[in-house]
Amino acid sequence: MGNATAVRRPDTSWIANPRRQILLLKIAVWIVGLGPVVWLAAGASQGTLGANPVEKIIHIEGRWTLVFLLATLAVTPVRRLTGWNRVIQLRRLLGLFAFFHACVHFLSYAGLDYFFALGLILDDVLERRYITVGFAALILLIPLAVTSTRGWIRRLGKRWQRLHRLAYVSAALGVLHYYWKVRADTFWPLVAAVTLAGLFAIRLAYRSNKKKTTKKGR
Amino acid sequence: MIIRIAKKSDIPSSEITPEDVYINRRKFLGASAGIGAAAFLGCGAAGAESDAEAADSQDLEPTSWDDITTYNNFYEFGLDKADPARNAHTLVTRPWTIRVDGLCAKPGDYQLEDFVKPSVMEDRVYRFRCVEAWSMVIPWRGFPLADAIARAEPDPSAKYVAFETLWDPDQMPERRWKPRIGWPYREGLRLDEAMHPLALMVTGLYGKTLPNQNGAPLRLIVPWKYGFKSIKSIVRMTFTEDEPPTTWATQTPGEYGFYSNVNPNVNHPRWSQANERVVDSSRLFKRRIETLFLNGYADEVAHLYEGMDLKKFF
Repeated sequence: MGNATAVRRPDTSWIANPRRQILLLKIAVWIVGLGPVVWLAAGASQGTLGANPVEKIIHIEGRWTLVFLLATLAVTPVRRLTGWNRVIQLRRLLGLFAFFHACVHFLSYAGLDYFFALGLILDDVLERRYITVGFAALILLIPLAVTSTRGWIRRLGKRWQRLHRLAYVSAALGVLHYYWKVRADTFWPLVAAVTLAGLFAIRLAYRSNKKKTTKKGR
Repeated sequence: MIIRIAKKSDIPSSEITPEDVYINRRKFLGASAGIGAAAFLGCGAAGAESDAEAADSQDLEPTSWDDITTYNNFYEFGLDKADPARNAHTLVTRPWTIRVDGLCAKPGDYQLEDFVKPSVMEDRVYRFRCVEAWSMVIPWRGFPLADAIARAEPDPSAKYVAFETLWDPDQMPERRWKPRIGWPYREGLRLDEAMHPLALMVTGLYGKTLPNQNGAPLRLIVPWKYGFKSIKSIVRMTFTEDEPPTTWATQTPGEYGFYSNVNPNVNHPRWSQANERVVDSSRLFKRRIETLFLNGYADEVAHLYEGMDLKKFF
């Protein structure tokens, strides 16, 4: 009876469990990852995607590809800056969603816009520089998606990390693809470019730091 | 010695048919016939047409009002194509003054009503092809630009006509983008292009008043050129001897030329102009169509560019 006035502290042990935190974050990534496609499919079936639905689908999927690519590349900088190591467990999922949206983006261009007219698509890939670099960005993601499994990580060992640095190249090509496509509004392509450059700078800063400290250690 | 005193009944030099137009008068008449057919189609009553015209007009299924009025490039009201429909309600279209100046006998500030009134309004269904490789079919209402030009009585030395869009930051919210040449938006035509009967001064759409996002209260439509030549919300018309600087041709000279005729054989440096997507919100699965030389108006206007290298003068 005496503790009637005592404040009952909420039980935070469930959410405090780091494994559960990662699980919840993974669920969130799944929702955000699949959300745009569900939204676009619903919009397309109800005719609410505006006057040019095909263009809308291609643009939105292109943007989500870049969002997920940048999020994937942000994992290591976040880890370094915050010391929150478990965030690494989200990286594969983020990367695979980047690949997923890149595929939807490309397939809506090739299928919805061009009805898989291979001649026209090949012309575009070879002659339109923004499509050339965009296509290259997509191709580069394929080996990364394939080797994202535990087995491949083990098999490739140290080479795996080197291979997966291609994600930076792919993202840079993706941003260039976006920048070269727009006619006047370069604002968002530039935001993406600055973000990518910032993430790369953080990585370089930590690397040179590490070198310095090892030198001192000698 | 004969001293000639100008009489009122004399034909002003501006109204004398240039030789090339006279020589090509059959094409000219053909164009008018085509326009007649298009206008009839707009009213749903196709008259007697030649086979060619019949085949040609079959694709002219007008784009819906909603699509035409929600998918616009009008950067003064925002850079996204859905922006103008959201933002252009701030445009004040009455009263509206059009300044006519430069090399002409009748310069001055004209009230919209006075500028439009002397002409007979016509309905014309035109293809509209954007440089971004999408297109629409649009039933415009307007009058020949040639009428407005004739009333201004350009001097014989006038070789071009330049146009300006209104620029009023209080009415126009765009802040992110500014053309290299600065606002206002500018366009222009060679005078013989401008005098062509297909070039239209537009005040209406689907028989109704032109919505703000489509360039109210007065815009130009040059159906054989990329859409950005068809300048919106016009406040100024200037006759010049030299080719006037225009917004997109000064913005990125390697990508947009003064002429900007629709031409599937001359690609934009960054994308193909060989085909186009006909805008249609109601259909997700729709094939692109091949782009036609001069947007399908070659029979009428190709003579304007005889002897010109259209790869050079793109």
